[in-house]
Formats: sequence, structure tokens, C-alpha cells
Amino acid sequence: MKPTTFREIDGTSKGYYVLLGLLGLILAAGLGSAYYMEHNGHWVTGMNNQIVWGMPHVFAVFLIVAASGALNVASISSVFGKTSYKPLAPLSGLLAIALLIGGLMVLVLDLGRPDRLIVAMTYYNFKSIFAWNMILYNGFLAIVIIYLWTMMQRKMNKYSKVAGFFAFIWRLALTIGTGSIFGFIVARQYYDAAIMAPMFVVMSFSFGLAFMLIVLLATYQWTGREIGSHIVSRLQRLQGLFVAAVLLFVVIFHLTNLYATQHHGVENFILAGDNIYSGLFWVGYLLLGTVFPLIICYAPAFRASIGWTAAAAVMVIAGGLSQMYMIIIGGQAYPMDLFPGKDVSSSFYDGVVASYAPSAPEVALGLGGTAVTFIAVMIAIKVLRFLPLSLANSQTDPHYSAEER
Amino acid sequence: MSNTPQQQAGEPAEQNQIDSYRRKLLGGGAAIAGAAALGPGVFFTSVARAKPADQAVSSEVRWGFLIDANKCADNCDKCVTACNDEHNLTGFGRPETDAQWIRAVTLRDRKTGHTTKLPMMCQHCAHPPCVDVCPTGASFKRADGIVLVDKHICIGCRYCMMACPYKARSFVHETITNQQEYSPRGKGTVESCTLCVHRVDKGEIPACAEACPEKAILFGNLNDPGSDISQRMATEASTEVRGDLRLDLGVRYQGI
Repeated sequence: MKPTTFREIDGTSKGYYVLLGLLGLILAAGLGSAYYMEHNGHWVTGMNNQIVWGMPHVFAVFLIVAASGALNVASISSVFGKTSYKPLAPLSGLLAIALLIGGLMVLVLDLGRPDRLIVAMTYYNFKSIFAWNMILYNGFLAIVIIYLWTMMQRKMNKYSKVAGFFAFIWRLALTIGTGSIFGFIVARQYYDAAIMAPMFVVMSFSFGLAFMLIVLLATYQWTGREIGSHIVSRLQRLQGLFVAAVLLFVVIFHLTNLYATQHHGVENFILAGDNIYSGLFWVGYLLLGTVFPLIICYAPAFRASIGWTAAAAVMVIAGGLSQMYMIIIGGQAYPMDLFPGKDVSSSFYDGVVASYAPSAPEVALGLGGTAVTFIAVMIAIKVLRFLPLSLANSQTDPHYSAEER
Repeated sequence: MSNTPQQQAGEPAEQNQIDSYRRKLLGGGAAIAGAAALGPGVFFTSVARAKPADQAVSSEVRWGFLIDANKCADNCDKCVTACNDEHNLTGFGRPETDAQWIRAVTLRDRKTGHTTKLPMMCQHCAHPPCVDVCPTGASFKRADGIVLVDKHICIGCRYCMMACPYKARSFVHETITNQQEYSPRGKGTVESCTLCVHRVDKGEIPACAEACPEKAILFGNLNDPGSDISQRMATEASTEVRGDLRLDLGVRYQGI
């Protein structure tokens, strides 16, 4: 393997500025939406007293989970010593930070009182998993920045393995914390399951790598830098492995619920209900987000295809958003079982499936956070040396020899 | 990050400490004397009275309701109206986002068809999930068992609403005007039944209990074996809603 040379991208093309401008518009729409929602109050959104977490939370949790997963490629190189991934480690760390900032922006701007962010930073109830998460998120940003420094500053290189190991442990804790937000909720039928924590960890592997693939492949295509079949096919198979791992957890989750009679109601609602959630599960998550990507990642016909790998990554993200919507919104829509064996009715929507239709401002806020992620990456790779000049097989394959070509 | 109610009320903490020390000393003496001379019933009845305004809330008291669903009349919503009037919970004609601190719930047994009606509100748990999950500690439980929201440090994350097993909480979805000074509310924060803490602290009973023409809502001190509520619960069957969660509720029901 040849030593890797990192270089900034040019970032002077018309395409670069058009893309940056488009993302800027999306961000502006998101910020405008946040102001609109805060100024009028949340009644202008689709959220209500039954569905208290809506579309912003779908985006925020998705981006935060993906953030820790984006760090995976760096972890695999630093912690598990896979040299093929080493040239991608700085981009992996950058994307992790960018995704987390995007997700946190959405989360904070959807608070009832975002002006009280300082309160959230200074008053802690340590029994709250939310409070832990605030520490985990801020700590993650700090640790990954240090990790990037050890990777990108030559005299700090000797610490990069230690920093990488620490970042890896921290990222596991972060996703366990995010999954436990739902796992610890005893009140609702669809949550209250310890498996939520490890399930979110494997979801993060999958979503994070999907973002990584999209950024990587698009950047190398658009900048005309070389990316070899070795790294593409390795990442492609890794994506397939993660998609399969998520499927395993989803199957266990539902089988456990289906075995217990008391959960039949909510399982029936999610898996076989006459509602959007069942559609999102079977078509969004299972078909689009799992079956198609698995075929693309493992069928020989698609091996090392840049176009198909990018398509698989986009499908994983679409499927992941479907899954997140199903968990967050579907879990709230199913009526709480206050009086088992009784039909319940009231003026406060007891006993009925709660209705929710995401409003345009909510979607705009979620997309605005996503835009922040991509804007941050685009600017960072222009000003700092995150990307290798080439990812040709000679750069990434430890067993590469010219004769084999 | 202490949010004890006496500090929120703006009273000097030092004074409260001294008071609390005195109370403990005097209370201890009274307990010994009372136990020796008069028996425990008389002593416990004495602490069940409302506290003077300058005294801190004490865990010797646990306020609660005993609600008899058998007495709850069809087509009656006087408890709901009384609560809305007391706290100025004027709606905006948007039932999905308007606040409801108490609601009338109708139950119909799927097998027998038997119907029951009851008022549902914050159950003032001894182990409240809303307090556990609140990141800032804005959701808190007073020493006397009343679960409240400190509107000054609530950031409006709604995690408590996700965690409450009783759907007891509402998020303020729009700008509020005409608030009652004893019942502060604010856009972007979460709220729920306060057990009319402003009345209870003055020795009065909550508005819903007062308004019920059938006397279906009995209010009292659960820690006082001599109180009406404790005596009723000792002799008649009552139950907690979702008792499987072991939250030790301040509200118990009969007839469900």
C-alpha cells in the first residue's frame, strides 16, 4: 500500500456553489419554520397532546443515531486495525460531527422553550436518560474533535489509536443512551423493551455507513478523484452486513412481542393495521430499506458498482427514516392500555388511535438539520485535508500488486 | 439545582431550616407524649391539618384522592368544569391541542358490556415516571406527594408526556392569557393537575372534589389513619389504575 496523501477539494466549480446554495435555502426554510413554530406555538404543527414527538424527532433521532454510526469506518481502522479503511478515517470523524450537529439542531429547535437551552445545560436530573444524553452528545463532539486532531496532526498520530478506542466506546454509549430513551418508557406498549438499546446500536452502524457512502461516492465522482473497486466492494459488503444485523434485531423484537398476548394489540396495529405504520414497515423498512439493499450489496451483478452502492445507501436511509417514523410516531399513536379488557373513551382521545399528519414546517426543520450536516461537510473538506487524493486499489488494498490488475 | 417548594416561594432557606429543626424537635416530643398519653390516632390527626403558610411541606402528609366510580353520574362534568374554571384552562376550540388536566373517561367491559365512568387526572405517583425522565428536574414531587412542574425550568421537551402512563399531562401549544396568579402556565411548557396545591396549602380541598355533587371525589391525607379517606380505604375495596407498574399512586378508585 502506498502512503495516503490528503488534499482539500477545489470547491470552486459552479456545481459546488449551486449545491451549497440549495442546501443553504433548505437550511433557511428550516430555520424559518422553527421561528414560525415557536412564535405561534406548537398548535401550528401536526403534533398535539397525543403525539407529542413528531417529524422533528424522527429526523433528529435518525441523524443522531447515524452520527455515531458514521464514526464506524474510523473505528474499524483505529480500533480493529483494518488498514483498508484508514484513508477514510478523517472523513468518517467529520461526518459524525456534522450529523450530530444537524440532529441536535433539530432537537433543540423543536423544544417548547429552545431559549432555555442554557437551563438544559445547567440543571441535571441524573435519573433522566435525557440528561445523560446531553452529556453523551457534548462529550461525543469533544472526543471526536480530539480524535480528528490525532489523525490529522502528524506529531499527534501516536495517540490516534487511544483516541479512536475512547471514541468507539463513547459512541456505543451514545447510541445505547438514545435507544434507551424509548427502552425506558414503561408507559407505552410499543416501547419498554431493553432490546431497543442494542437495536439502536446496530441501526446506527447501518444508517451511519449509508451516509458515509453517499458523501464519499458523490464527492469522489464530482471531484473526479479515483476510487477503486477494492474499497467500494468492501464498504458495500459491510453495508449489507449491517442491514442484515438490523433485520435480525427487528425480527427478535417483533417475535418477542408476538409471543406475549398482552402485546398482540400493538403488534397487530404496527404490522397488520389499516394505517401508515404497517405500510412503512413492510414497504418502507423491509422492502426498500432491507431487501433491495441486501440484494444490491451481495448479488455479484452489483459488485463494486458505484451507482448501485450509492442507490443502496439511499434506500437504507429511506428505510431507516420509515423505521424511525414507525417507532416514534406509531408507538405513540397506539392507545395506551390504561384499563386492560375495557373499551375506553374520553374527550382526551383515550382508547383511540391518535392522529398525526406531519406539517410542512416540521418537515422543513428536519430537512434543515440534514442540510446543516452536508453544508458542514462541504465546507470542511474544502478548507481542511480530510479526503485522500486517491482511493485507488493501490491506496487501500494491503494485498495489492500491479500484476493482478 | 434544588427546587424545594419553600425556596420557590421565595422564603429564606435558613429560616426554613431552623423551623424544620424546631418542628422536628417539637414533633418528636409531641409524638412521645402523644403515643404515651393519648394513643397514635390523636397525634396523627393533628398533623393532617393544613400547614401554616411559613412552614415547609412535610412528608408526614401524603395528599390523595379516593374516587368512587359508582357515584360518578352520567352526563355530569362538574369536576372538569370546576378544574377549568379554577385554573382558567380556556380552550382554543382545538381539542387535540387544548390542555385537559382532568377528563371524564368512560369504560366499557368488552365481555360484559358493563359501563363505568370516572374522572382521570394526574395520579400523583410516589414514584412518578415523569419526574424520573425530566432532564432538568422541572418535574418534581413535593414532600407531601403532590407532583408539579416548575414552569421556570421546563424546557418543553415533552419526555414526561411520553413517560406518563396516565396521559395526565398537556403541553401548552399556544400563547396563554388571563392566567390565575396561583396557577402559572406558559406557552412551550408542560402542565398537569396540581391537586389544587394553592387551595390545599390553605387548608381547602381541590376544586374538583368540592364541585362534585355526588361526593364521588374524597380528598385527604393518606398518611393519617384517622382521616376519612384512610378510614374508607381501610374498610372498602379500592384499586390503583395500572397497579402493575407499582408506582404507589396518590389516587385510588372504587367501582372499577
